Amino acid sequence: MSSVPSIQRLPRAAHTGRVTQTRVVLSEWTKLHSLRSTRWSLFAGVLLTIAFPLIFAAVTSSHWGTMSPQERADRHPLDIALAGVNVSQLAIAVLGVLVITGEYSTGMIRASFTAVPKRLPVLWAKTAVFGVVSFLLMLAPVLIAFFASQAILSRHHILQISFSHPRVARSVIGGAVYLMLVGVFALGIGAIVRNTAGGIATFAAIFFVIPPLMNILPTSWNNAITQYLPSEAGRQIFSLTHGAHSLAPWPGGLLFVGYCALTLGIAAVLLVRRDT
Amino acid sequence: MNRVIEARGLTKDYGDKRAVDALSFSVRPGVVTGFLGPNGSGKSTTMRLVLGLDAPTAGDVTVNGKHYRDHAAPLHEVGALLEARSVHTGRSAYNHLLALARTHGISRARVDDLIDLVGLREVARKRAGKFSLGMGQRLGIAAALLGDPSTIMLDEPVNGLDPEGIHWMRSLLKGLATEGRTVFVSSHLMSEMSLTADHLIVIGRGRKIADTSTAQFLEAASGNVVRVRSPQASDLRRLLVGPDVTVQALDPGHLEVHGLTAAQIGDAAAANGFALHELTPQQASLEEAFMDLTREDIEFRAAEIEPEEAVA
Repeated sequence: MSSVPSIQRLPRAAHTGRVTQTRVVLSEWTKLHSLRSTRWSLFAGVLLTIAFPLIFAAVTSSHWGTMSPQERADRHPLDIALAGVNVSQLAIAVLGVLVITGEYSTGMIRASFTAVPKRLPVLWAKTAVFGVVSFLLMLAPVLIAFFASQAILSRHHILQISFSHPRVARSVIGGAVYLMLVGVFALGIGAIVRNTAGGIATFAAIFFVIPPLMNILPTSWNNAITQYLPSEAGRQIFSLTHGAHSLAPWPGGLLFVGYCALTLGIAAVLLVRRDT
Repeated sequence: MNRVIEARGLTKDYGDKRAVDALSFSVRPGVVTGFLGPNGSGKSTTMRLVLGLDAPTAGDVTVNGKHYRDHAAPLHEVGALLEARSVHTGRSAYNHLLALARTHGISRARVDDLIDLVGLREVARKRAGKFSLGMGQRLGIAAALLGDPSTIMLDEPVNGLDPEGIHWMRSLLKGLATEGRTVFVSSHLMSEMSLTADHLIVIGRGRKIADTSTAQFLEAASGNVVRVRSPQASDLRRLLVGPDVTVQALDPGHLEVHGLTAAQIGDAAAANGFALHELTPQQASLEEAFMDLTREDIEFRAAEIEPEEAVA
């Protein structure tokens, strides 16, 4: 600070508006895009969603001649196109947690709740803004990944699949929908846990630790339970084929939406009740 | 509306620790009310309760007749500067203010005005995490004034500031009061409050100890101590000493009189033809008076009180 400014009279405000949900959404949009961590996480999500299918497609294409019939049969063009979704979901989940826990760790939450003391509009606005932004930002990469990997695989007719083929568009766009829901789910977890490390750990436990643990269970239990886990239910949104022990896309997707709603609901109740 | 902030039986427990204990007070419009108490006496908690950041265990506090959270435009009612930092370290000062402004539909032009007012123009696009304590306080002030509130509530605004920053903050508070805004400001430093506050609410261990005008508090606190210099000091001493009056001889020709006003001493000296070279009402014991008043209520022993005390 170079010098002490002289104290002028404070200019009177021309406009003193009331808090509305729309205004809180605008505020959250400002918050989201004005952080470097947001930009990097989203950039990482975009990059991973595109890069993995391209690498996967290139490797498959160059090794095609030496692959066994069995290996060739296991290659599905959609698995290749959506390979990045499995990786970028971590970037989106971390960002979803950070969107809310970043406010707690820095103290920003006090400013946010002083401006919007009813609190819930902040949670709804964060969810809406982050959901829309992550869907729109992930939609382009899944489409790019699909068409680019198809172009790389163009020499191999068996790996060609049309976007207009039944269920293909649903799967590809479903990849972006899934990533958006993962982000929203993680945001709800973050709002409940209120701590960045705890939020990420909780998300990782639900998505990456519990599912493999199910293999310890007797097969009949595993088959009965695993399909209802958030990660398994959610994944059906972008899976082209569905096994005997997995839900169909719509029930799976709706169940995952239900998990998101439940998480946000718990977060909302706690948000209003707890001290800041 | 003649009560800006009104607390009735406000109580807050954290676990089994009572931070605020049946506190009732009111802050009147258009004056500077000092909220005084030792560190840990519940000042910050009270302010958080006012804003609804924490919910009271019992009792109630309203702002302009309503709970803070029930106001349609809360930033227009009260602007608050909390002691704990309330800024995302990764966001620029400008975007921080803009994000808050947007919740109330406040314009970018107003955000710019406030950045100029608090002197953060050069660093407005820098990340707030890099700010010094003084710059952070300026940003906090800008946020508090965004909604052009008629009441400003500040928690220990000069704590940890350098002399330049303290000077700036004092002038700002005076300026805000001159504009007719209500100012509710906390401090653990009596000397700080005596400079700015019209009215004082003193608390210790979450309980109210005093609620009085600053002038009255100072009068009571100074306890009619007057310093007198006279070439006839020993004669004067004999003249003044009485049942309720004690006189201490500090050094030759120099007395400290307890129990009489300067006027009474001057009149008595004149009536007896004594010359006076100095007649000074003492208010230097203010800090002591405050310590006396709150000694019982100090949560921590003196050694544990933060070094900011030295700023006084």
